[in-house]
Amino acid sequence: MSQIAAETRQGHIEVRDFALSYETIDGAVEAVTDTQIHVEAGEFVSIVGPSGCGKSTLLNAVAGFLKPTSGVVTVDGSVVTGPSAERGMVFQQYSLFPWKTVRENVEFGLKMRGMPKFERARAARTLLGLAGLEAFENHYPERLSGGMKQRVGIVRALATGPKVLLLDEPFGALDAQTRIIMQQILTNMWQRLKISVLFVTHDIDEAIFLSDRVYCMTARPGSIKAEIQIPLERPRQQSMMMSSEFLALRRGLMSLIREESLKAMGGEITDLGMQGLGIELQGQSIPDIL
Amino acid sequence: MTSPEQAAAPAAPAAATLPSRPEFSARAARWFRLNQDRLRGLLIGTASLILFLIAWHLLTTYRVVFFVKFTNVPAPLAVYASFTKAIHDPKFLMHILLSCRRIFIGFSLAALVGVPLGLIMGRFKLVHEIVFPVAEVLRPIPAIAWVPMAIMLWPTNEQSIVFITFLGSFFPILVNTLHGMTLVDPVLVRAAKCLGAREASIFREVYFPASLPHIFTGLTVGMGVAWVSLIAAEMISGQFGIGYFTWEAYSLVQYADIALGMIAIGVLGLGSSLVIRAAGQLVMPWRSR
Ligand SMILES: Nc1ncnc2c1ncn2[C@@H]1O[C@H](COP(=O)(O)OP(=O)(O)OP(=O)(O)O)[C@@H](O)[C@H]1O
Ligand SMILES: [Mg+2]
Repeated sequence: MSQIAAETRQGHIEVRDFALSYETIDGAVEAVTDTQIHVEAGEFVSIVGPSGCGKSTLLNAVAGFLKPTSGVVTVDGSVVTGPSAERGMVFQQYSLFPWKTVRENVEFGLKMRGMPKFERARAARTLLGLAGLEAFENHYPERLSGGMKQRVGIVRALATGPKVLLLDEPFGALDAQTRIIMQQILTNMWQRLKISVLFVTHDIDEAIFLSDRVYCMTARPGSIKAEIQIPLERPRQQSMMMSSEFLALRRGLMSLIREESLKAMGGEITDLGMQGLGIELQGQSIPDIL
Repeated sequence: MTSPEQAAAPAAPAAATLPSRPEFSARAARWFRLNQDRLRGLLIGTASLILFLIAWHLLTTYRVVFFVKFTNVPAPLAVYASFTKAIHDPKFLMHILLSCRRIFIGFSLAALVGVPLGLIMGRFKLVHEIVFPVAEVLRPIPAIAWVPMAIMLWPTNEQSIVFITFLGSFFPILVNTLHGMTLVDPVLVRAAKCLGAREASIFREVYFPASLPHIFTGLTVGMGVAWVSLIAAEMISGQFGIGYFTWEAYSLVQYADIALGMIAIGVLGLGSSLVIRAAGQLVMPWRSR
């Protein structure tokens, strides 16, 4: 734990002039364009936006899984060229290793780093204790509930003491109650470890409740539509979600997203319509059918 | 510790992790309940085997002729008699031992070549592109069809039989291992990369264990085909082995020995697949329920 605490106040993420297109058979699909975001050291930042706007794309680029078509991603000044243990990631599908016990999952990053068996077991136990999972250290993930799985996922990502934690809709598959508990656990861990967090979600309440700042993206091709400061004081309580301040923020974000969601769906609908028309005209003309 | 984390630690499943040594009878009752289905299966299975033996007994003692002729088929008791004689006969035991040895060598070689080759083919495209076409052409050839070729290829009969056993199990093992590799969840690979894993570690810690269930499917199928191939090879070109024993019994008009040989083959095949299943449960503890 002490070595994790020693690496504090790092993890400044900078995404500049970012664009990313996917190569497909129908040509390039522009997922994200002209995007600038940053996360200060120790800051909690969320990204919200309509489905398919490129949130995951952006996050995966920060993780180092995707190369930007243009622009650059840096963490503490050095350019991201591939995945690394300094950027921990939590996935919606949990993605725990089924063949490893809870503790072995948490130990994985430390093992990769060459930490001796005994030491990493001790470190893993400490971390599992923080997440209330010490009783489950020898369980295989298959037997855990969704909430427990994701706690293991978070602990596993934190075990190597990353500067940055990236989460892609981590609580999307959980029920409302579990989700709230998970949010509090994440907040606790974040405050304790003082790392930077970039959090993707489609849940506006979640974004406001957790974040210092929220980026709202436009429909595809995604770019930053708005950047909203969340001045709610910390520690935040569940009751704050009823406060007028919270509700005002919520209303603001809601209308931003609704606009974009409509745009996204409208776009798709006209797209489909056009395609249907195209096929009819190209394929069989009316005399053919007759 | 703050309250949400305590709230997050569920109290209920703790009983499952820390068995508090309940009373023996309560444990036994629970075991009984949990294994109800299995016990039922065991019971019905035993009954069905007994019925099979009775039917066999009746069909042979009354020498039923109904499309198939049971006139010359040995009765279960006759087979049992030749069994009690055979287990004291070192020659019979040698036949069995030799067959087992051929299986062991042929199958082990197939696993030692097939599994690594499948893993490497799944990981390195070039190896896949080179090996796959050859494998696809050779794969549909039944091992029995290799008998003449094997006799030409290998200096001794023993080697050619082992070779045929090897071939029989090799392709199922290779194909299933390769299949397992293609099904590895890419998100798990990503997760490993995010945790600092390099190529070798990803191979060892992700691709290999993720493929293990399919590897074991391949081993199970491979073991079955190994026996099929072995018996065929022994019948055609052998001088020893349980397949040869069965065929010899036919030539010598020892009808009870035919059935004995067949049953021995069945039991050996069953036993070897049980060994593989046990090994699978040992190697994949996360899959045992
Ligand atoms: N591998 C790919 N090839 C082609 N297009 C892709 C690929 N991955 C994503 N896309 C497209 O890029 C766009 C952005 O995808 P992305 O997954 O980043 O969206 P998202 O905001 O995470 O969506 P969601 O909220 O549904 O998770 C989508 O329109 C998607 O169809
Ligand atoms: Mg997504």
